[in-house]
Amino acid sequence: MDLLNALVAFLNFVVVPATAYGAQLALGALGVTLIYGILRFSNFAHGDTMALGTTAAILMTWGLQAAGISFGPLPTALLALPFAIAVTALVVLGTDRVVYRFYRKRKVSPSILVIVSLGVMFVMNGVTRFIIGVQDQSFADGERFLVTARGFRDATGLAEGLAIRTTQVVTVVVAVIAVALLFWFLNRTRTGKSMRAYSDNEDLALLSGINPERVVAVTWIITAALATTAGVLYGLDKSFNPFTYFQLLLPIFASAIVGGLGNPLGAIVGGFVIAFSEVTVTYAWKKVLTYILPDSLAPTELVQLMSTDYKFAVSFAILILVLLFMPTGLFKGKSV
Amino acid sequence: MKKLLAATAATALFAGAAMAEEVKIGIILGFTGPLESITPGMAAGAELAMKEVTDSGKFMDGSSVVPVRADSTCVDAAAATAAAERLVTSDGIKAIMGSDCSGVTGAILQNVARPNGIAMISPSATSPGLSTAEDDGLFFRTAPSDARQGVVMTDILMDKDIKTVAVTYTNNDYGKGLADSFQAAFEAAGGTVTISAAHEDNKADYSAEVGALAAAGGDVLVVAGYTDKGGKGIIQASLDSGAFDTFVLPDGMVGQQLVDDIGDGLTGSFGQYPGTDSEGAEIFQGMATAAGFEGTGAFAPESYDAAALIMLAMAAAGSTDSKDWAPKVMDLANAPGEPILPGELGKALDLIAQGVEIDYIGATAVELIGPGESAGNYREIEIKDGVIETVRFR
Repeated sequence: MDLLNALVAFLNFVVVPATAYGAQLALGALGVTLIYGILRFSNFAHGDTMALGTTAAILMTWGLQAAGISFGPLPTALLALPFAIAVTALVVLGTDRVVYRFYRKRKVSPSILVIVSLGVMFVMNGVTRFIIGVQDQSFADGERFLVTARGFRDATGLAEGLAIRTTQVVTVVVAVIAVALLFWFLNRTRTGKSMRAYSDNEDLALLSGINPERVVAVTWIITAALATTAGVLYGLDKSFNPFTYFQLLLPIFASAIVGGLGNPLGAIVGGFVIAFSEVTVTYAWKKVLTYILPDSLAPTELVQLMSTDYKFAVSFAILILVLLFMPTGLFKGKSV
Repeated sequence: MKKLLAATAATALFAGAAMAEEVKIGIILGFTGPLESITPGMAAGAELAMKEVTDSGKFMDGSSVVPVRADSTCVDAAAATAAAERLVTSDGIKAIMGSDCSGVTGAILQNVARPNGIAMISPSATSPGLSTAEDDGLFFRTAPSDARQGVVMTDILMDKDIKTVAVTYTNNDYGKGLADSFQAAFEAAGGTVTISAAHEDNKADYSAEVGALAAAGGDVLVVAGYTDKGGKGIIQASLDSGAFDTFVLPDGMVGQQLVDDIGDGLTGSFGQYPGTDSEGAEIFQGMATAAGFEGTGAFAPESYDAAALIMLAMAAAGSTDSKDWAPKVMDLANAPGEPILPGELGKALDLIAQGVEIDYIGATAVELIGPGESAGNYREIEIKDGVIETVRFR
């Protein structure tokens, strides 16, 4: 019986990584859900908006590093973040002006807008690869670990190590700040309220004198900020590769839909549901059980519910179950 | 339709005739997808050989060789098949230098090469499955089968007295083939594989995979993946969580980029990739540097050799028709004969014209065995202080 070691192993391999991943998914899903709620279409270009924003942040980070500016123990990329958000906001506003506005004026159906966003996705994807190349880029600097596995073992005398990366803590902290700011903005400010009004009933909002173009512009700017933040945090925690960001689209949409498309609170919960389900359902319990159970009962097999190959099947099974029994998601979103 | 058939037949007749012409060779590699960082070097290697042959003016009465590139995507069999089909039917290529990844190579072989009777030489498809694939004598590779790599990797581990390992592989023909052949060889040698788990490339997060691998345990982790894809993600996550300290890196994982990205954590990890200490490798490196690309890049020398073998075989057969030149490949690649190194393709063409037998050595000391694949020389490497050091050759 060694509960402490079991707990540490579980924290190290399940709770800590899933929490950081969940926070990244939640930020991404928030952007998707805002566009869906206010502009009423599924923005497939979101993953590539994240990639583009991260590219801007990486270039700026390199600039700062070249100029000898650093952020102490924290990654320099955090300093570059506001700049990157500004660049991304300009790009998405430009895209809206050139592409989406044309279709919005025509009041086309959401399905057409989805296809339009697919086109935007491919263009952004190409531009990102063109600017920064197809290779992996690591741009994390500063102190890499808050707690290292070896340091933890030495300090506590336990057999299991616990590692917490700086980027994981930064991810969670920045995500909490971003979400708090977003909720404050949506619920407390006049612009936020007009956005919610526009989302609830477009015609009524127009009648009460809300300027639709302003609402759209503000939505894009917030989405750009969320996408860039999510992209930079993800890139800091893992690494940046345009193709991986494109692939991130799937778990992000799954998170947004599980939580309820159009519902910001749902997007956050959805992000964590998807992240934890990917990690826990396929976790091999051998190590943890060996610590908890008496020696005679210690497992020789892996005690794994299903192979990690199926982790995506798990998140999509959850997605389907939620849609079957709660078509609007865990939190009341708009039906898909 | 009749006219078209007649025209096609006429073209086919002329194609075999001896007159100065343009001979097109398809270079089908994954210019996009998981290998996109190494394929430019591979294509450059093949094109270097083609340029050398064309410049010599001695190929098929002064014919020139024109490379035609196409994207295999490395992972999408349908896209690769379509690309290869296009090169054969509309560009009229006479041979295929490719493809790169094992899955798409098998698809092109079965769906394009065999139906059209076009021979292909792959520089980098290493799946053991391709050794036994039906090929009508049209498929060769200058890369060794991973069955051989599994044995080499086992030898290295046994020499280091490591008996328990965990294995993770990229979920495709290459990763699965290598993992299976390694597991078979390792267990036969008395070792234990605690877990053999697949990982998908380009995924957002690898904590689930690392969690399972860590729970299974093992002295080292064998990562049969790709440097700039999932393999790197797995290593990074394992190091961060303290799950494994030492990694075994097969051919797809050996790259300076990985060492630079991961840094200190990789010190002490070891592995192997196809390579020789032959003088051909050195000469090729010099030629590549002069041509402006990295000659030590993974599979770039194999690509040069694949292209060179295709052209020499055509010269030896006096025909660009695959059914004529494909049977010559094995003879040219193996002893006996006058040894041919990189940069000596002109000399080789002269010798062939004089009827002298040649033994193509090339950049990778090519020796084709059994079903037309490289016998396999491997370079054992260890990573020390951010540098990939060659320990010995096996």
